[in-house]
Amino acid sequence: MATSRPLPDGLVVIVKRECATCEMVVPVLERLQAEAGLTVYTQDDPGFPAGLHPIHDADLSVSWHLDIETVPTLLRIVDGREVDRTIGWSRPAWQALTGIDVGNDLPVMRPGCGSLSVDPNLEHELRARFGGGVLRARRVEIADAEDDMEAMFDRGWTDGLPVVPPTEARVLRMLTGTTRAPGDVVAIVPPDLVEVTIEKVAINAVMAGCTPEYLPWVIAALEAVCTDQFNIHGVLATTMPVGPVVICNGPGTRAIRMNSGMNVLGQGNRANMTIGRALQLIIRNVGGGRPGEVDRATHGNPGKLSFCFAEDELGSPWTSLAVERGLSAETDAVTVFAGEGPRCVVDQLARDPDSLANTFAACLRTLHNPKLVMAFDAVVIMGPEHARVFADAGWDRERVLAEIHARLQSPGTDLVRGAGGIAEGIPAHLEHLTLPKFRPGGLLLVHAGGGAGLFSVIIGGWANGEVGSQPVTQPVGS
Amino acid sequence: MSTVLLDPTNERRLAAMTRCSRPASLRGLTVGLLDISKARGDVFLNQLEQRLIETGATVKRFRKPTFTKPAPVDLRHEIASQCQVVIEALAD
Repeated sequence: MATSRPLPDGLVVIVKRECATCEMVVPVLERLQAEAGLTVYTQDDPGFPAGLHPIHDADLSVSWHLDIETVPTLLRIVDGREVDRTIGWSRPAWQALTGIDVGNDLPVMRPGCGSLSVDPNLEHELRARFGGGVLRARRVEIADAEDDMEAMFDRGWTDGLPVVPPTEARVLRMLTGTTRAPGDVVAIVPPDLVEVTIEKVAINAVMAGCTPEYLPWVIAALEAVCTDQFNIHGVLATTMPVGPVVICNGPGTRAIRMNSGMNVLGQGNRANMTIGRALQLIIRNVGGGRPGEVDRATHGNPGKLSFCFAEDELGSPWTSLAVERGLSAETDAVTVFAGEGPRCVVDQLARDPDSLANTFAACLRTLHNPKLVMAFDAVVIMGPEHARVFADAGWDRERVLAEIHARLQSPGTDLVRGAGGIAEGIPAHLEHLTLPKFRPGGLLLVHAGGGAGLFSVIIGGWANGEVGSQPVTQPVGS
Repeated sequence: MSTVLLDPTNERRLAAMTRCSRPASLRGLTVGLLDISKARGDVFLNQLEQRLIETGATVKRFRKPTFTKPAPVDLRHEIASQCQVVIEALAD
């Protein structure tokens, strides 16, 4: 690894007083310095070890750039480059590296201690100090007299709520959540059609309040919406009140403690709240999609701040949405859906599946307009108490959807423009047909919600198919 | 101590472009009418076409595949190379 300053040739050791092994090896260090000219760097006490003329690595730059994780670490330097190293104390290893008899007074082996340069309390500061060179984003200096939060509002970087200031230290810490390089291009983001890098994703993820382990989920969601199928340009620009709904599947949802249960669509869970928020901030800040500009929504909906949740897979009687869409149950994945705000389906009396299917059909029929059919998809978030009614009757996922579809067929004469005293409707030439409310595959079924309450939720979609937006499922990478 | 933040935006600097001068008359010019495929947009454009022809303009009609996505680059090039003037009606 490159160092910030040239190292002296010969033997080099990194130590700290607070380490018993370093204290123990002092007699050996004295012998090595006398016989071979050892250079000693000390991390904590500038005078340790006494008499060996230690160099104080006060800012830990030597330790950082040498990637020291353990003290003592003994190195051999030739022409300014490291050619050998051994960590901790091992008599044979030190003897082999130095070529000098280190005596038999010490035990054969003793592990070292953690280097100060990897101290969790210091690491992020050091990463910012010495590793900041990997970041390419423009630096924006906020004066002492300015309030960070207000400065970010003034620059138009927020979604209307305060954001976390994206300092170098925070962004570098965020980048530890992915193995991808900061300069990697994730996607081309509409509406400005700009290449967005991992670094810009990380900056906006910091602002949204994400932790590093959420970053791969943000990246996957961004990759999914920036496809021609999902068409985030249209979803953003439309006058309809829709935004990207991010449905998360896989064991990773539990590892990052996403909410799939009580209040699943509500506030209170950091991962649910911030992954969706980061996605929207990227579209705003990198893509240039701001309300009132390219975002032409007549009303919008609160989910345009963030609309992200996990499916309750462990409690579900059925396979998950991601499995239904072709992935394995062990794969972490996001499915993005262009959706409006959630609405509640109430049926507290149904105990048999036919009755409950009737309720779902009656509620779904009204979506957007009871007379508009096949133009919009929908997500049904089935609550556990409703799902149990179907599961107890032996209905699997396919049966549930098929039964609902069967109840949503309408004669064209009911749907045609003007029918029922409503101008809206299908063109007159279709009136002889019987039409389903949803196109084939246009209903997505997800199991989520708290264990109490005979309720479910419907999320209505936007213009579907080739002309609009199609749900996209994207695996989450590392 | 001042705080240094990383810019979350795309940091683009837009190239300045000048508008074409407005023609004094449409007579003899080719006017492109871009239908964005929004429902009933053709009704409006048909009326417009009739009026443009009455003023002596030649009209060429173009159509986006869907109103939800930007016009494909080939379509934009086709319009730019065939027309002196273009009218693009926004949706709604």
